[in-house]
Formats: sequence, C-alpha cells, structure tokens
Amino acid sequence: MNTVLQAQGLGRRYGKRWALRECTIDIPAGHVVGLVGPNGAGKTTLLKLASGQLEPTVGGITVLGGRPASGPAQLARVGFVAQDTPVYAGLSVADHLRLGARLNPRWDAATARDRIAQLGLDPAQRAGKLSGGQRAQLALTLGLAKRPELLILDEPVASLDPLARREFLQGLMEATVEHEFSVVLSSHLVPDLERVCDFLIVLVDSRVQVAGEVDKLLATHHRLTGPRRDPDRLPADQHVVSARHTDRQSTYVIRTDAPIHDPAWAVTQLSLEDLVLAYMDKRSADQRVALEVQR
Amino acid sequence: MIWLTWRQFRGSAAMMAALLVILATALALTGPGLASDYSAGIAACTQDNTCDRFYDRFFGGHETSFTALTLVVLLLPALAGLFWGAPLITRELEAGTHLMVWNQSITRGRWLAVKLGLMGLTAMAVAGLCGLMVTWWSDPLDKSAAENLALMAPLVFGARGIAPIGYAAFTFVLGVTVGMLVRRTLPAMALTLAVFAAIQLAMPLLVRPHLMPPITSTFELGKTNVDGIGINRDRGGYVEIQLRSAVPGHAGAWVLSANLVDPSGRTLGTGAEGAARISTTSGPCAPSAAGGGGCIVEINRLGYRQQATYQPLERFWPFQWIETGIYALLTLALTWFCFWWLRRRLS
Repeated sequence: MNTVLQAQGLGRRYGKRWALRECTIDIPAGHVVGLVGPNGAGKTTLLKLASGQLEPTVGGITVLGGRPASGPAQLARVGFVAQDTPVYAGLSVADHLRLGARLNPRWDAATARDRIAQLGLDPAQRAGKLSGGQRAQLALTLGLAKRPELLILDEPVASLDPLARREFLQGLMEATVEHEFSVVLSSHLVPDLERVCDFLIVLVDSRVQVAGEVDKLLATHHRLTGPRRDPDRLPADQHVVSARHTDRQSTYVIRTDAPIHDPAWAVTQLSLEDLVLAYMDKRSADQRVALEVQR
Repeated sequence: MIWLTWRQFRGSAAMMAALLVILATALALTGPGLASDYSAGIAACTQDNTCDRFYDRFFGGHETSFTALTLVVLLLPALAGLFWGAPLITRELEAGTHLMVWNQSITRGRWLAVKLGLMGLTAMAVAGLCGLMVTWWSDPLDKSAAENLALMAPLVFGARGIAPIGYAAFTFVLGVTVGMLVRRTLPAMALTLAVFAAIQLAMPLLVRPHLMPPITSTFELGKTNVDGIGINRDRGGYVEIQLRSAVPGHAGAWVLSANLVDPSGRTLGTGAEGAARISTTSGPCAPSAAGGGGCIVEINRLGYRQQATYQPLERFWPFQWIETGIYALLTLALTWFCFWWLRRRLS
C-alpha cells in the first residue's frame, strides 16, 4: 500500500521551543486520518509542515512521494484548509470560485458550483459577510474542487456550532466517498473525529504518542481494574499507557497484542475518547509514579 | 494569478487613475496659458531689460501651485510604498489568507512575482506620468525660479523628470520588504515612511553632490552672486559681503558651497558671508561715495573673488538618469531579497 505522508525524525523549533519533535509516522493512503491532541501540542505545526507552509528544522517529510510545496505540481496534489478557514473578506463567493479556477489546473468547476448551490450560498455575497459555518464550507469547497489526492484540514470545525459541525463533516465524508482521496484532519475534540476517522494520531507535548488504524487501536488497548499492583509486576508485553492508584485499587490502561488471562483484573473495552484521554494523561501519570517511588 | 491581482487591486488602481485624470486635466487646461504668459512676458521684458523683475513677479504669482505640485510628486512614491507596498503581505498574514492562497496550485514565488510586477509597474507608471506632466507644466516657472528653487535645487530635482519613477519603484518594494519583516500593517507603514524619508534626505545631502565631480571655480563679484554689501567701520574699516548661492554665467547651477577669497586665494569668513579689508573712510566704499556700484568694482580690482563649487544646470538630465539608475539597482536588490525571504523564511 502506498503512503500518503511519511515523516522521519521530523522536528520544528520556534526559537528555543520545540513545537514538534522526533516525529516518525507513516500514513497509508485511503484513510481519513484524525490528528488529535490538546491545544498547543503541535498539530498545526505538523499540518503546516505537510502542506509546505513551514520548513522542518530537522528530519524529513514526504507527502505523496514528494517534498511539500516543492512546485506547482506538488501543490496541486495537496489541498489545505487552514485553521479558522480564512477567505478574502472583500471578494464574493463567486470570486473565490474564479480564484480557484484560475489558480488550479485540476479545478472541478461543476463540483464547486453544485456544492455552493447545495449549501444555499449566494454567489454574489461577499465572503466577509458569511457566517462562520458558511465560511468554513466555502473554504472546504475550494479545497475539494481543487481535486487533491490529499486534503489537509486544520481544526476546520473548531469555531462552528454543533449543527454546522455535523454538516461540515458530513459534506466532507460525502466528498471522500465520491472522489476517493485521503484526508488528514486535526481537532482537539475526539467526538468530532470519532464519527469520520478510521486512522488516528495522538499528539501530546509535541510528540506523537500513538498512531494507527482506529479498529486496531481499540482492539489492542484495554483498561484493567483490580487490587493495587506496581507497574513492574505487569507482564512485559503489556505497555502501560496510564495508571491510577488508590490505596487498594489500581487502574491501568495498557496496550498489548496478547490476550489478558490474569483473573485478578477486570478487563473493559475503551472508547476512542477514553483511549485518547489515556494518552493525554500519560505524561502526568508518569510524573505521579515518579513521586510515589520517591516516597 | 493576474486575474486575482487585478481583482484585489482594481479598487485602489481606479482611485489612483481618477486622481491622475483630474491632475492631468487641470495641468492640460492651465499649462498652455502659463507658457504663453511666460513667452509674452519674456518678449516684453527683454526690450526694456526688466526680466529679473518679470521673473520674480511671474514666479510669485504661481508659487502656491508650484509648491503644491512639487510636493505631490515628492509624496506620491511614499504613498505607493505605504498603501500598496507595506500591506501587500501583512494584510495576507493578518487575515491568514496567505495559508489559503499559497496552497492553490501556484508557488508563492509566482504569487509574489505577479503581485510585484503588476502593482510595481502601476506605481512606476503613475509616478512617471505625474512627474513628466509636472515637469512639462512647470517648465516656465522652473526657468524663472530663484536659485534655491531652480531645477537642480534638492527639493525640486526629485519632483521633475524621471527620478519619481525610480523613487516609486524603490518605495513600493521597500514597503513590501518591510511588511514581510515586520508582519503587521501599521508598524510596517510607519517604518516604510521613516526609511523612505531618511533615504530621500540622505540622497541630496550625501550622494547627489558627488554623482559627478563638482566644478570649483572663482568668479568676479557682481549682481548675480552678491546679495548685499555692508560697511563696518568698527575695526579700522572693512566691507562685509553677503554672497548668494549662484554663480555668474551658469544660471540655475546648484551651488554646493561658495566662499569669498582674498587676492592670495585665502578663504575669508565662513559660508555666504565674508569681510574684505578695504578702506571705508575714503574711496569708493566710503559711505559718502554714491551707490554701491563703485565699491564692487573696487573690490574686484583689489582681487577679491567668489570661489564656488557647483553642479551646472546642464547636468540635470545626466543626474536624473544616474539617480534613477541607483534607485533601480536598490529596487532590484530589495526584490531579490523579497523572493529569497519569502521562499526561505516566511511561513
């Protein structure tokens, strides 16, 4: 299977602060990829690196086999809808479609026109007067009608109300079914991604914590609850993601490929949100363990 | 890309075109009248030899429009830099639209090339048209202006001929560069204005006098180069001579410095003022002598001279070409920097 995005030891630094570091991922084609993590985790940085808006400080990244933004051909293959879906306030909706048609060789005018009509947008309306949801839809239309092989969306629904959110994601899903392209989409809200993504990357503290297909991630992560036990006494093939202890009880989220036979544990399935939260919790959990050891 | 540039630029371009048409109409309507007044006045004054008075009267009558037009041409390049150059990139960065437009299927290098080319050429065309129209209109006034407002004078030189084209091109690209580095519109505009003003001051003060080696020569004192003489009887008597920044025989020359020198060639006094040691109790320079004419003759006879360093009026067009060339080179350098920075550093 060919890859849509490949990064090796990728890092980007702003001044002294690393926004992204040691990022090594390999995203196969044909997925809707969710990139999730808390605010400031480095999601936007990773997506800007992928679209060629930023140059890496260290490491390398290839998108669809080419260097991001290396030329008009590469730019034509990758669509990018930036955070807050910027459009030109002074130009009308129709002007934006003309802009797309003039600047993109593979522009799909029929798709763009139909989408705008379907959304009920007035082509003569100035983009500055559109609501947040309409503006996001216009930006998505520009991205879709470009007919990219990979569409990157950076927090596209962050500023939308729940209804507009659903409509936006639904429109995106319909387009992926119709035109068969890959999508990478970031959000700090798991429920948004849960509906549409089949591949997940969790990014916390400027590092990739876990990446993989959603089904596989759900099948290999478990929550164990039972009498209090130190992490050292867990089997070697069980990787602790997060741990919580009370005086008598321990709760672990672990990753393992093997089945769990220990009768002392009550094993429960994780939801996608639990899984993501466990990884976000991991760092603070590590610190807590260190404290307990000192005591 | 040309379409997009035009779509975003047409508003201010149309406004600028309208202003230009108004200016052109006003100049075209009044220009021929001004020229015929001038030639009629010259024809009348040469007969009774009163042309100096005619010049003063003629120039004085149109001084306001002369000054206003000169200022318009001087400020026009600054406007191009402030309102077209500086916001070119900052406005995209502030609205985030650079993330949208630089992800269409054109490289940002091409985006900048079209923007710079189209808007820069427009700015140059406007400044060039304006400069040449004003040069044509004010030709009779330039001929009758006093030496400190003649064609070669620092203020007027930059508002005539082809130099405004160079200024406009340079200031526009300067605005773009500053915008790219500062990344916010208002600070970028302020900084562009400050840098432009500094360069426009430094040019006539430091660079332009040396574009070609200035001529240094000594001249007899006379009506052209002496503003007035005063008699001082305090310390044994001497004559104070006020020099004008003009040299006889080279009307309209840009006098960089002028001094009074004594017969042995020593400089007397500083700048425009000098004192010659001549008897003021008797002879032609005594107060009792009739008029000052005899005194000047006596001063010249004793060997006092005006020593002046100047750039003659004939160098106006060579200077225009050289200065425009310098600004063109600066523009090219800044343009190269813009492309480099846009590709490498801006994100």
